[in-house]
Parts: sequence; C-alpha cells; structure tokens
Amino acid sequence: MPIAVQNYSYFSDMFLTTGIRDLGQYMLLLGQTFRKPENWREYYKALVREFGLLGINSLGIVAIISVFVGAVVTIQTAYNLDDPLIPDYYVAIATRESIILEFSPTMVSLILAGKVGSNIASTLGSMRVSEQIDALEVMGVNPAGYLIFPKVVSLVLFNPILITLSMFLGILGGYGAAVLGGVVSPQDFQLGLQTAFNGFYISYALIKTVVFAFLIATISSYYGYYVKGGAVQVGTNATRAVVSSSVAIILANYVLTQLLLL
Amino acid sequence: MIEVNDLEKSFGDTKVLKGISTVCHEGKTNLIIGRSGAGKTVFLKSMVGLHQIDSGEIVYDGRRLGAMDDDERKDLRMEMGMVFQGNALFDSLNIEDNVTFALSMFSDMSESERLDRANFCLKRVNLENQNKKLPAELSGGMQKRVAIARAISMNPKYLFCDEPNSGLDPSTAIVIDNLLQEITQEYNITTVINTHDMNSVMEIGDHIIYIKEGKKAWEGSSDELLTTENEAIVDFVYSSELFKKIRAKL
Repeated sequence: MPIAVQNYSYFSDMFLTTGIRDLGQYMLLLGQTFRKPENWREYYKALVREFGLLGINSLGIVAIISVFVGAVVTIQTAYNLDDPLIPDYYVAIATRESIILEFSPTMVSLILAGKVGSNIASTLGSMRVSEQIDALEVMGVNPAGYLIFPKVVSLVLFNPILITLSMFLGILGGYGAAVLGGVVSPQDFQLGLQTAFNGFYISYALIKTVVFAFLIATISSYYGYYVKGGAVQVGTNATRAVVSSSVAIILANYVLTQLLLL
Repeated sequence: MIEVNDLEKSFGDTKVLKGISTVCHEGKTNLIIGRSGAGKTVFLKSMVGLHQIDSGEIVYDGRRLGAMDDDERKDLRMEMGMVFQGNALFDSLNIEDNVTFALSMFSDMSESERLDRANFCLKRVNLENQNKKLPAELSGGMQKRVAIARAISMNPKYLFCDEPNSGLDPSTAIVIDNLLQEITQEYNITTVINTHDMNSVMEIGDHIIYIKEGKKAWEGSSDELLTTENEAIVDFVYSSELFKKIRAKL
C-alpha cells in the first residue's frame, strides 16, 4: 500500500477513534452531571455563585459589543441601501432582523464561548490537576454534578437574559448611529422597527440561545474535567474548549435554522 | 482494617502495580514507602477507588470495594478522609468552608454545629483564628494542617495521606507526623500514609510496606526495619551515608 494511503488510513482511523471516544466520554459525563444532587441547598449556593461568575460578569462585554455592532450594522446597511428607490426605513428593518436573527443569538454566543468557555475549562482543569476533583470524589460528592450542573443551569437560564439585553442594546446602538450620523431620521427608524415584525423571530433566537448555552457549558466542562497533566494541558484544553464550542454553535445554528425557519 | 489482595493496575501497556497484598490495621499508622515512580500514589489512589483496578480486591472491614454499588461506595467514602500531596484545598472557599464542606453536604448539623466542629478540628491541628482566610493566604505547613482538619471533620474510620511531608521543612514535617500519629491513636483510625521521608518511617511507622517496581518487596514494623537483612529495603533505607553509619552502630 502506498505510504500516502497508509498515512491517510492511519489519520482517518485515529480521528474516528478519538472522535467516537470523546463523544462517548462526553455522553457519560452528561449522565454523571444530571444525577440527583446529594444536597439541593449546596447546589443552589453553587448556582447562585455561577450566576455571578458566568452571567453577571458577562454583562459588560455583551453590552459594549452589542451597542457598537448595532451601530456598525446600521451604518453599513444604510451605505449599501443608498438608493432613492429604497425607503430609508428599510435600514431599520435590516438592522432589526440582523440583530435579532443572527448577531445577538449566534455572534454573542460565540463571544461567550470564548469568555465563559475558557473560564469553565480552565477552572475545572485547574481543579483536576490540583486534585480538588479527586478530593470531592473521596468525600463521596459527585464532582461532575456539583461542579458542572450549576454551570449548565446558570448559563441556560442567564444566556436568554443576556441575549435579550443584547438585542435591545444592538437596536439602540443602531438607532443612535442612524440618528446621530444623520443616516436615517428617528421617525423612519421607528417606523422600520415596527414594520413587518415577526414575533416568532424572538422565540427562534431564544431557542437558539438556550441550545448554545447548553453546548458552551457542557463542551467546555468536558474539556476542563478531563485534563491530564499540568498547566500547559489546562491551557491547551481551554483552547480546545473554545474551538469545539464555537464549531458546535455554528453547526447547531445551521440545524436549528433549518428546523425552525423552513 | 483494610485488606488488599493481589492488587494489579496498569496504565496502557505499563503495569504499575504487580499483585500487591497487605493488611492495614486500625489504630495504626501504615506507611507505604518506596522510590519515586515505584507506584505508591497509584496504590493509595487504587485503595480509595480513585483508580479502577485491573484485578485483585480491596476489603474495608469485610466490605469489598469492587462489589459495592454507587450508594454503598458513597457511604464508604463518607467514612474516609484523605490528605492529598498538594493539599487539594478548594481555593475559592475559605478555611472554615473547606473544613465544613463535607458536613454541609452530608450531615444534618445546623450552621452553628458545623462551625463548632470546624473550630474543634482546626484547634486539633493547632490552627486557630484563621477561619476566614483563603488557602492561598496560608503557608504550606498551615495548608497541610487545614487539609488534615478537613480530612478528620467527618470522623473518618480510614485516613489516607499522600506524601504529607512533601515540601515542608524538617521541623514542620515532624509536627505533621506527630499530629497524624496522635489522631490515628486517639480516634482509632486506620491510617495509610505514602511517604519517602525516612524520619517519618522511623518515628511513626507502626506498619511499613516497601514497594519496589510495583511489587511489595518488604513488610514489617519500624523496629524490624532496623535489623532486617532484606537487601531491597536495606538499599533503600540506608542509601545515605548518615543512615549507613547509624545502622553500623546498631
């Protein structure tokens, strides 16, 4: 057999084996994570802590990005629709749809995959290499449940709030840019926001958000929980967590769009 | 009492433990000694169930670890305390919360009862008035004491310590050794300690198991260690000139 074919066969086997093993281990971890908690009160305390760490701490970056991307989307749309035959309020319609359908649920989730995903993976990875996860296990605590379950629940509950805020601020940023830059008049922008509005788009965006939050929390936890080695591996796995979460979000985005909009 | 029968453990193609059998008695400090890489930590972690063993059995007072279901294993773990080599204190929790963690999780104690228990355990390891500090704010020796306090908070029947003296100066190491021995005798605990500190071996070793290349090469008391002619253990224990001189004078 030619060497190139042998190498291809070796790498495809390795990729398949690793992929199937990772998927199996991920499913087993999910099984451990969603076991009945040992003590609801302690899990609730952990949940409140995670709301602060993963949710409230992300408010600032989501707000800043949303306002400025909303502004840029408006300006770019206005630039591209600069035609006397197209009414000005179309700029607001395009901005609204871009923000609600794609920017807030998907792009903000990708940003959160970077911020929150790396935080989760590095925290759990550090706990693994410093034997804190072993310590929990020796005590009789289910480490996956105690450490991962509150992260998943807090992200799944808090992400829709973040994304709703992002939608609001994105459109507000667009409004500000349109009015301050003299691109569209306030009346035209408000008219555009109310024209041909489909309420299901909000539901679609929030459904996506919940799925993305689950993917970010569980995939990042998986990479952090199974770190082997030391500080270098913690960093490597944190990067893998961000990359894998981002790829999973992009794929899930396509599947959900097919299912929900067609 | 913990019985270990013909314990084997491999990682990939590397066989780390090659059929170790021993008995660790209650109220005694059972020391596992050996060179770095001999398999001491794997042996200890296999005993507590952190590593899944390939073959053999571990029996805790008649209860076989391998035959336990999840609930039985959880019940057994609540009878265990463990001091890890790097202490493994939860760095986001303060000292008091570290010590009361297992109590909060598993006991019906009120907050004040848990606090009393934490204070008792911390006093027992001679570490008072540090309750609200984070682990990172304490010295290595103090962190080790917190780890011991946490390990004894649930009144364990079995106490496991992985290199409790690593990274400590000789005088602090002696304090930790004495503390572990006192606690073992006071509460009649079955204590298993991994160490390569020869001072610990001589001072607190009621029962010593020497592991060499994954096999038990020698077993006995610290008194027997002074007089044994077993070449493997003599080479290990008396590898320094100082110990050779001491042995020559015996």
